[in-house]
Amino acid sequence: MAKGMVIIDEDRCKGCGLCVSVCPVNILRLAEGRFNAKGYPPVEVSDPEKCTGCASCAIICPDVVFTVYRRKRQPQPATAAA
Amino acid sequence: MATIDIPADMELVYQRPESLTPAHTHYCPGCTHGIIHRLIAEVLDELGLRERTIGIAPVGCSVLAYYYFNFDMAEAAHGRAPAMATGMKRTNPDKVVFTYQGDGDLAAIGTAEIVHSANRGELFTTIFVNNAIYGMTGGQMAPTTLPGQVSTSCPSGRDVELAGFPMHMAELLGGLPGTAYVTRQAVFDVRGIRRTKKALTTAFRAQLAGLGFTMVEVLSTCNTNWHMSVLGALEWAKDKMVGYYPLGDTKVSDAVRAMLEEK
Ligand SMILES: Cc1ncc(C[n+]2csc(CCOP(=O)(O)OP(=O)(O)O)c2C)c(N)n1
Ligand code: SF4
Ligand code: SF4
Repeated sequence: MAKGMVIIDEDRCKGCGLCVSVCPVNILRLAEGRFNAKGYPPVEVSDPEKCTGCASCAIICPDVVFTVYRRKRQPQPATAAA
Repeated sequence: MATIDIPADMELVYQRPESLTPAHTHYCPGCTHGIIHRLIAEVLDELGLRERTIGIAPVGCSVLAYYYFNFDMAEAAHGRAPAMATGMKRTNPDKVVFTYQGDGDLAAIGTAEIVHSANRGELFTTIFVNNAIYGMTGGQMAPTTLPGQVSTSCPSGRDVELAGFPMHMAELLGGLPGTAYVTRQAVFDVRGIRRTKKALTTAFRAQLAGLGFTMVEVLSTCNTNWHMSVLGALEWAKDKMVGYYPLGDTKVSDAVRAMLEEK
Protein backbone atom coordinates (compact mmCIF):
# COMPACT_ATOMS: atom_id res chain seq x y z
CA MET A 1 0.00 0.00 0.00
CA ALA A 2 1.42 3.40 -1.03
CA LYS A 3 2.63 5.59 1.83
CA GLY A 4 1.81 8.74 -0.07
CA MET A 5 -0.27 10.16 -2.86
CA VAL A 6 -0.07 13.23 -5.09
CA ILE A 7 -2.88 14.97 -6.93
CA ILE A 8 -1.76 16.74 -10.09
CA ASP A 9 -3.50 19.91 -11.26
CA GLU A 10 -2.47 19.08 -14.79
CA ASP A 11 -3.36 22.31 -16.55
CA ARG A 12 -1.06 24.33 -14.27
CA CYS A 13 1.98 22.29 -15.27
CA LYS A 14 4.57 23.88 -17.57
CA GLY A 15 6.52 20.67 -18.13
CA CYS A 16 9.70 22.19 -16.69
CA GLY A 17 10.87 18.91 -15.17
CA LEU A 18 12.00 20.33 -11.81
CA CYS A 19 9.80 17.89 -9.87
CA VAL A 20 11.03 14.97 -11.98
CA SER A 21 14.62 15.85 -11.02
CA VAL A 22 14.00 15.84 -7.24
CA CYS A 23 11.62 12.92 -6.68
CA PRO A 24 13.70 10.59 -4.47
CA VAL A 25 11.90 7.46 -5.71
CA ASN A 26 11.95 8.50 -9.40
CA ILE A 27 8.27 8.02 -10.09
CA LEU A 28 7.61 11.28 -11.92
CA ARG A 29 7.94 11.74 -15.67
CA LEU A 30 6.69 14.13 -18.33
CA ALA A 31 3.93 12.79 -20.56
CA GLU A 32 4.91 11.63 -24.02
CA GLY A 33 2.74 12.62 -26.98
CA ARG A 34 0.11 14.25 -24.78
CA PHE A 35 -0.26 17.96 -23.96
CA ASN A 36 -2.23 20.02 -21.46
CA ALA A 37 -4.32 23.13 -22.13
CA LYS A 38 -1.17 25.30 -22.02
CA GLY A 39 0.49 23.09 -24.63
CA TYR A 40 3.07 21.50 -22.32
CA PRO A 41 3.62 17.78 -21.68
CA PRO A 42 2.32 17.52 -18.11
CA VAL A 43 3.91 15.58 -15.30
CA GLU A 44 2.64 12.04 -14.61
CA VAL A 45 3.18 9.50 -11.86
CA SER A 46 4.61 6.31 -13.33
CA ASP A 47 4.30 4.15 -10.23
CA PRO A 48 1.86 5.53 -7.63
CA GLU A 49 2.49 2.59 -5.28
CA LYS A 50 6.01 3.86 -4.61
CA CYS A 51 5.04 7.39 -3.55
CA THR A 52 6.25 8.15 -0.02
CA GLY A 53 4.37 11.44 0.36
CA CYS A 54 7.65 13.30 0.99
CA ALA A 55 6.35 16.39 -0.90
CA SER A 56 9.71 17.16 -2.54
CA CYS A 57 7.84 17.69 -5.83
CA ALA A 58 5.49 20.20 -4.21
CA ILE A 59 8.41 22.02 -2.56
CA ILE A 60 10.20 22.65 -5.86
CA CYS A 61 7.26 23.14 -8.26
CA PRO A 62 7.07 26.85 -9.23
CA ASP A 63 3.49 26.42 -10.42
CA VAL A 64 1.86 24.76 -7.40
CA VAL A 65 0.73 21.74 -9.36
CA PHE A 66 0.80 19.23 -6.49
CA THR A 67 -1.42 18.48 -3.53
CA VAL A 68 0.21 15.84 -1.35
CA TYR A 69 -1.21 13.30 1.08
CA ARG A 70 0.65 10.94 3.37
CA ARG A 71 -0.62 7.87 5.19
CA LYS A 72 -1.12 8.54 8.89
CA ARG A 73 1.19 6.62 11.16
CA GLN A 74 -0.64 3.54 12.37
CA PRO A 75 -0.38 2.78 16.07
CA GLN A 76 1.97 -0.20 16.32
CA PRO A 77 0.01 -3.36 17.22
CA ALA A 78 1.22 -4.63 20.58
CA THR A 79 3.39 -7.67 19.90
CA ALA A 80 2.56 -10.52 22.19
CA ALA A 81 5.55 -11.53 24.28
CA ALA A 82 6.90 -14.81 23.05
CA MET B 1 -10.12 18.59 -11.94
CA ALA B 2 -11.95 15.32 -11.52
CA THR B 3 -12.77 14.50 -7.94
CA ILE B 4 -10.41 11.99 -6.46
CA ASP B 5 -11.20 9.83 -3.46
CA ILE B 6 -8.70 10.32 -0.70
CA PRO B 7 -8.35 7.22 1.48
CA ALA B 8 -9.51 7.93 5.03
CA ASP B 9 -6.13 7.08 6.52
CA MET B 10 -4.30 9.65 4.38
CA GLU B 11 -3.58 13.12 5.75
CA LEU B 12 -2.98 16.30 3.80
CA VAL B 13 0.68 17.35 3.83
CA TYR B 14 0.76 19.98 1.08
CA GLN B 15 -1.86 22.15 -0.58
CA ARG B 16 -1.98 25.47 -2.42
CA PRO B 17 -1.58 28.29 0.12
CA GLU B 18 -4.53 30.61 0.68
CA SER B 19 -2.25 33.62 0.14
CA LEU B 20 -2.04 32.75 -3.58
CA THR B 21 -4.93 33.48 -5.93
CA PRO B 22 -6.01 30.68 -8.31
CA ALA B 23 -4.34 32.56 -11.21
CA HIS B 24 -1.82 30.79 -13.43
CA THR B 25 1.48 32.70 -13.56
CA HIS B 26 3.05 34.02 -16.76
CA TYR B 27 6.57 32.98 -15.73
CA CYS B 28 8.66 30.85 -18.08
CA PRO B 29 8.69 27.10 -17.35
CA GLY B 30 11.10 26.40 -14.50
CA CYS B 31 11.55 30.06 -13.50
CA THR B 32 12.19 30.16 -9.77
CA HIS B 33 10.16 33.36 -9.27
CA GLY B 34 7.20 30.97 -8.84
CA ILE B 35 8.92 29.10 -5.99
CA ILE B 36 9.65 32.37 -4.19
CA HIS B 37 6.02 33.53 -4.57
CA ARG B 38 4.85 30.23 -3.13
CA LEU B 39 7.19 30.47 -0.12
CA ILE B 40 6.04 34.00 0.75
CA ALA B 41 2.42 32.82 0.54
CA GLU B 42 3.11 29.78 2.74
CA VAL B 43 4.87 31.86 5.39
CA LEU B 44 2.12 34.50 5.52
CA ASP B 45 -0.49 31.72 5.82
CA GLU B 46 1.45 30.01 8.60
CA LEU B 47 1.90 33.26 10.54
CA GLY B 48 -1.80 34.10 10.03
CA LEU B 49 -0.96 37.43 8.37
CA ARG B 50 -2.83 37.24 5.08
CA GLU B 51 -5.53 39.72 6.11
CA ARG B 52 -2.95 42.23 7.40
CA THR B 53 -0.47 42.18 4.52
CA ILE B 54 0.28 44.72 1.80
CA GLY B 55 2.76 43.63 -0.87
CA ILE B 56 4.41 45.91 -3.40
CA ALA B 57 5.21 44.56 -6.86
CA PRO B 58 8.17 45.90 -8.84
CA VAL B 59 8.85 46.52 -12.50
CA GLY B 60 10.45 43.40 -13.92
CA CYS B 61 9.20 39.91 -14.66
CA SER B 62 7.33 39.93 -11.34
CA VAL B 63 5.39 43.07 -12.31
CA LEU B 64 2.17 41.04 -12.32
CA ALA B 65 2.69 39.67 -8.80
CA TYR B 66 -0.46 41.54 -7.78
CA TYR B 67 -2.50 39.01 -9.77
CA TYR B 68 -0.88 36.12 -7.91
CA PHE B 69 -0.91 37.15 -4.25
CA ASN B 70 -4.23 36.90 -2.49
CA PHE B 71 -3.90 40.01 -0.30
CA ASP B 72 -3.63 43.75 -0.88
CA MET B 73 -0.99 44.62 -3.45
CA ALA B 74 0.28 47.84 -5.00
CA GLU B 75 2.55 48.41 -7.99
CA ALA B 76 5.48 50.81 -7.77
CA ALA B 77 7.39 52.64 -10.49
CA HIS B 78 10.69 50.96 -11.36
CA GLY B 79 12.88 50.77 -8.24
CA ARG B 80 10.54 52.85 -6.09
CA ALA B 81 8.92 50.03 -4.09
CA PRO B 82 10.92 50.84 -0.91
CA ALA B 83 9.74 54.48 -1.02
CA MET B 84 6.13 53.29 -1.36
CA ALA B 85 6.63 50.74 1.41
CA THR B 86 8.07 53.43 3.68
CA GLY B 87 4.91 55.51 3.33
CA MET B 88 2.60 52.54 3.71
CA LYS B 89 4.28 51.13 6.79
CA ARG B 90 4.63 54.50 8.51
CA THR B 91 0.95 55.33 7.99
CA ASN B 92 -0.26 51.76 8.68
CA PRO B 93 2.11 50.47 11.36
CA ASP B 94 -0.25 47.59 12.17
CA LYS B 95 0.05 46.20 8.62
CA VAL B 96 2.70 43.82 7.38
CA VAL B 97 4.38 45.45 4.37
CA PHE B 98 6.84 43.90 1.95
CA THR B 99 8.47 44.76 -1.37
CA TYR B 100 9.27 42.12 -3.99
CA GLN B 101 12.08 43.32 -6.25
CA GLY B 102 14.41 42.03 -8.92
CA ASP B 103 18.07 42.94 -9.18
CA GLY B 104 17.54 45.50 -11.96
CA ASP B 105 14.76 47.07 -9.90
CA LEU B 106 16.57 47.05 -6.54
CA ALA B 107 20.26 47.29 -7.39
CA ALA B 108 20.23 49.56 -10.48
CA ILE B 109 17.45 52.12 -10.88
CA GLY B 110 16.26 51.72 -7.27
CA THR B 111 19.60 51.72 -5.44
CA ALA B 112 18.97 55.02 -3.64
CA GLU B 113 15.54 53.94 -2.36
CA ILE B 114 16.66 50.60 -0.95
CA VAL B 115 19.88 51.91 0.62
CA HIS B 116 18.18 54.82 2.38
CA SER B 117 15.16 52.78 3.47
CA ALA B 118 17.47 50.20 5.00
CA ASN B 119 19.64 52.87 6.57
CA ARG B 120 16.60 54.58 8.12
CA GLY B 121 15.61 51.22 9.57
CA GLU B 122 12.19 51.24 7.91
CA LEU B 123 10.05 48.50 9.41
CA PHE B 124 9.13 46.63 6.22
CA THR B 125 10.57 43.50 4.59
CA THR B 126 12.21 43.29 1.18
CA ILE B 127 12.36 40.10 -0.85
CA PHE B 128 15.19 40.67 -3.31
CA VAL B 129 15.21 38.24 -6.22
CA ASN B 130 18.73 38.15 -7.65
CA ASN B 131 18.84 36.35 -11.00
CA ALA B 132 21.93 38.20 -12.25
CA ILE B 133 20.14 39.62 -15.31
CA TYR B 134 17.28 41.84 -16.53
CA GLY B 135 14.68 39.19 -17.29
CA MET B 136 11.67 41.17 -18.45
CA THR B 137 13.45 43.28 -21.05
CA GLY B 138 15.27 40.40 -22.69
CA GLY B 139 18.47 39.70 -20.80
CA GLN B 140 20.60 42.82 -20.45
CA MET B 141 23.45 43.09 -17.93
CA ALA B 142 22.34 43.86 -14.37
CA PRO B 143 24.51 45.25 -11.55
CA THR B 144 24.57 41.64 -10.30
CA THR B 145 25.67 40.01 -13.58
CA LEU B 146 28.76 37.90 -12.88
CA PRO B 147 32.20 38.77 -14.29
CA GLY B 148 32.44 37.15 -17.71
CA GLN B 149 28.71 36.35 -17.84
CA VAL B 150 27.22 36.92 -21.29
CA SER B 151 24.15 39.15 -21.71
CA THR B 152 22.65 41.03 -24.64
CA SER B 153 24.41 44.21 -23.53
CA CYS B 154 27.75 42.49 -22.81
CA PRO B 155 27.82 39.86 -25.58
CA SER B 156 31.45 38.98 -24.90
CA GLY B 157 30.91 38.69 -21.15
CA ARG B 158 30.86 41.27 -18.36
CA ASP B 159 34.10 43.19 -18.35
CA VAL B 160 34.65 44.51 -14.83
CA GLU B 161 37.15 47.11 -16.10
CA LEU B 162 34.33 48.66 -18.08
CA ALA B 163 31.16 47.83 -16.13
CA GLY B 164 32.46 47.53 -12.58
CA PHE B 165 31.97 44.62 -10.22
CA PRO B 166 28.74 42.80 -9.38
CA MET B 167 27.08 44.27 -6.29
CA HIS B 168 26.79 42.28 -3.09
CA MET B 169 23.57 43.82 -1.83
CA ALA B 170 23.09 41.61 1.24
CA GLU B 171 26.59 42.52 2.47
CA LEU B 172 26.10 46.20 1.68
CA LEU B 173 22.75 46.51 3.46
CA GLY B 174 23.71 44.18 6.29
CA GLY B 175 26.49 46.65 7.11
CA LEU B 176 24.01 49.46 7.82
CA PRO B 177 22.96 50.09 11.42
CA GLY B 178 19.24 50.38 10.54
CA THR B 179 18.98 46.76 9.44
CA ALA B 180 17.83 44.00 11.81
CA TYR B 181 17.99 40.90 9.63
CA VAL B 182 19.61 40.52 6.23
CA THR B 183 20.35 37.17 4.65
CA ARG B 184 21.12 35.56 1.29
CA GLN B 185 19.47 32.26 0.37
CA ALA B 186 18.99 30.24 -2.83
CA VAL B 187 16.10 28.19 -4.22
CA PHE B 188 18.16 25.78 -6.31
CA ASP B 189 17.28 22.57 -4.44
CA VAL B 190 14.80 21.29 -1.85
CA ARG B 191 17.15 22.02 1.04
CA GLY B 192 17.78 25.58 -0.11
CA ILE B 193 14.05 26.14 -0.59
CA ARG B 194 13.38 25.00 2.99
CA ARG B 195 16.09 27.35 4.28
CA THR B 196 14.71 30.24 2.27
CA LYS B 197 11.32 29.64 3.82
CA LYS B 198 12.83 29.70 7.29
CA ALA B 199 14.59 32.99 6.49
CA LEU B 200 11.33 34.52 5.24
CA THR B 201 9.64 33.46 8.48
CA THR B 202 12.39 35.13 10.52
CA ALA B 203 12.14 38.33 8.45
CA PHE B 204 8.36 38.61 8.83
CA ARG B 205 8.53 37.81 12.55
CA ALA B 206 11.18 40.50 13.02
CA GLN B 207 8.97 42.96 11.14
CA LEU B 208 6.02 42.10 13.41
CA ALA B 209 8.21 42.75 16.44
CA GLY B 210 9.33 46.09 14.93
CA LEU B 211 13.01 45.25 15.15
CA GLY B 212 14.24 47.12 12.05
CA PHE B 213 14.62 46.70 8.31
CA THR B 214 14.62 43.11 7.08
CA MET B 215 15.68 41.68 3.73
CA VAL B 216 15.91 38.21 2.26
CA GLU B 217 18.02 38.13 -0.90
CA VAL B 218 17.08 35.02 -2.88
CA LEU B 219 19.37 33.76 -5.64
CA SER B 220 17.08 32.77 -8.51
CA THR B 221 17.38 31.50 -12.08
CA CYS B 222 16.41 32.95 -15.45
CA ASN B 223 16.92 29.99 -17.73
CA THR B 224 15.34 31.87 -20.65
CA ASN B 225 17.75 34.81 -20.70
CA TRP B 226 20.72 32.78 -19.54
CA HIS B 227 19.96 30.63 -22.63
CA MET B 228 20.14 27.40 -20.64
CA SER B 229 17.89 24.44 -19.97
CA VAL B 230 15.88 24.51 -16.73
CA LEU B 231 18.18 22.00 -15.01
CA GLY B 232 21.30 23.44 -16.65
CA ALA B 233 20.42 26.84 -15.17
CA LEU B 234 20.16 25.29 -11.69
CA GLU B 235 23.58 23.68 -12.05
CA TRP B 236 25.16 26.91 -13.32
CA ALA B 237 23.56 28.84 -10.48
CA LYS B 238 24.75 26.40 -7.80
CA ASP B 239 28.23 26.40 -9.20
CA LYS B 240 28.83 29.99 -10.38
CA MET B 241 26.32 32.18 -8.58
CA VAL B 242 26.67 30.68 -5.12
CA GLY B 243 30.44 30.87 -5.58
CA TYR B 244 30.23 34.61 -6.15
CA TYR B 245 27.36 35.36 -3.76
CA PRO B 246 27.95 33.39 -0.54
CA LEU B 247 24.81 32.14 1.20
CA GLY B 248 24.01 32.99 4.79
CA ASP B 249 23.14 35.85 7.11
CA THR B 250 24.90 39.19 6.76
CA LYS B 251 23.03 40.76 9.67
CA VAL B 252 21.30 39.29 12.68
CA SER B 253 20.81 42.04 15.26
CA ASP B 254 20.90 41.21 18.96
CA ALA B 255 17.15 41.76 19.14
CA VAL B 256 16.55 39.30 16.27
CA ARG B 257 18.87 36.79 17.91
CA ALA B 258 16.93 37.12 21.17
CA MET B 259 13.65 36.66 19.26
CA LEU B 260 14.99 33.46 17.65
CA GLU B 261 16.26 32.10 20.96
CA GLU B 262 12.89 32.70 22.63
CA LYS B 263 11.25 30.07 20.45
C1 LIG C 1 11.74 53.94 -15.54
C2 LIG C 1 11.94 52.66 -16.29
N1 LIG C 1 13.14 52.39 -16.82
C3 LIG C 1 13.34 51.23 -17.50
C4 LIG C 1 12.33 50.33 -17.64
C5 LIG C 1 12.59 49.04 -18.43
N2 LIG C 1 12.69 47.88 -17.57
C6 LIG C 1 11.63 47.07 -17.34
S1 LIG C 1 12.00 45.75 -16.39
C7 LIG C 1 13.62 46.21 -16.26
C8 LIG C 1 14.62 45.40 -15.49
C9 LIG C 1 14.08 44.16 -14.90
O1 LIG C 1 15.08 43.37 -14.32
P1 LIG C 1 15.01 42.81 -12.85
O2 LIG C 1 14.64 43.87 -11.89
O3 LIG C 1 16.30 42.13 -12.59
O4 LIG C 1 13.80 41.78 -12.83
P2 LIG C 1 13.59 40.39 -13.60
O5 LIG C 1 12.80 40.77 -14.81
O6 LIG C 1 14.93 39.82 -13.91
O7 LIG C 1 12.82 39.55 -12.64
C10 LIG C 1 13.85 47.41 -16.98
C11 LIG C 1 15.15 48.06 -17.09
C12 LIG C 1 11.08 50.65 -17.07
N3 LIG C 1 10.04 49.82 -17.15
N4 LIG C 1 10.91 51.81 -16.39
S1 SF4 D 1 7.79 21.25 -11.32
FE1 SF4 D 1 5.60 21.76 -11.57
S2 SF4 D 1 5.44 22.83 -13.55
FE2 SF4 D 1 7.45 21.79 -13.52
S3 SF4 D 1 7.04 19.76 -14.52
FE3 SF4 D 1 6.79 19.46 -12.32
S4 SF4 D 1 4.58 19.77 -11.95
FE4 SF4 D 1 5.03 20.64 -13.97
S1 SF4 E 1 12.49 35.86 -18.39
FE1 SF4 E 1 13.66 34.91 -16.74
S2 SF4 E 1 12.99 35.91 -14.81
FE2 SF4 E 1 11.49 36.36 -16.43
S3 SF4 E 1 9.90 34.77 -16.20
FE3 SF4 E 1 11.35 34.02 -17.75
S4 SF4 E 1 12.87 32.81 -16.61
FE4 SF4 E 1 11.73 34.06 -15.13
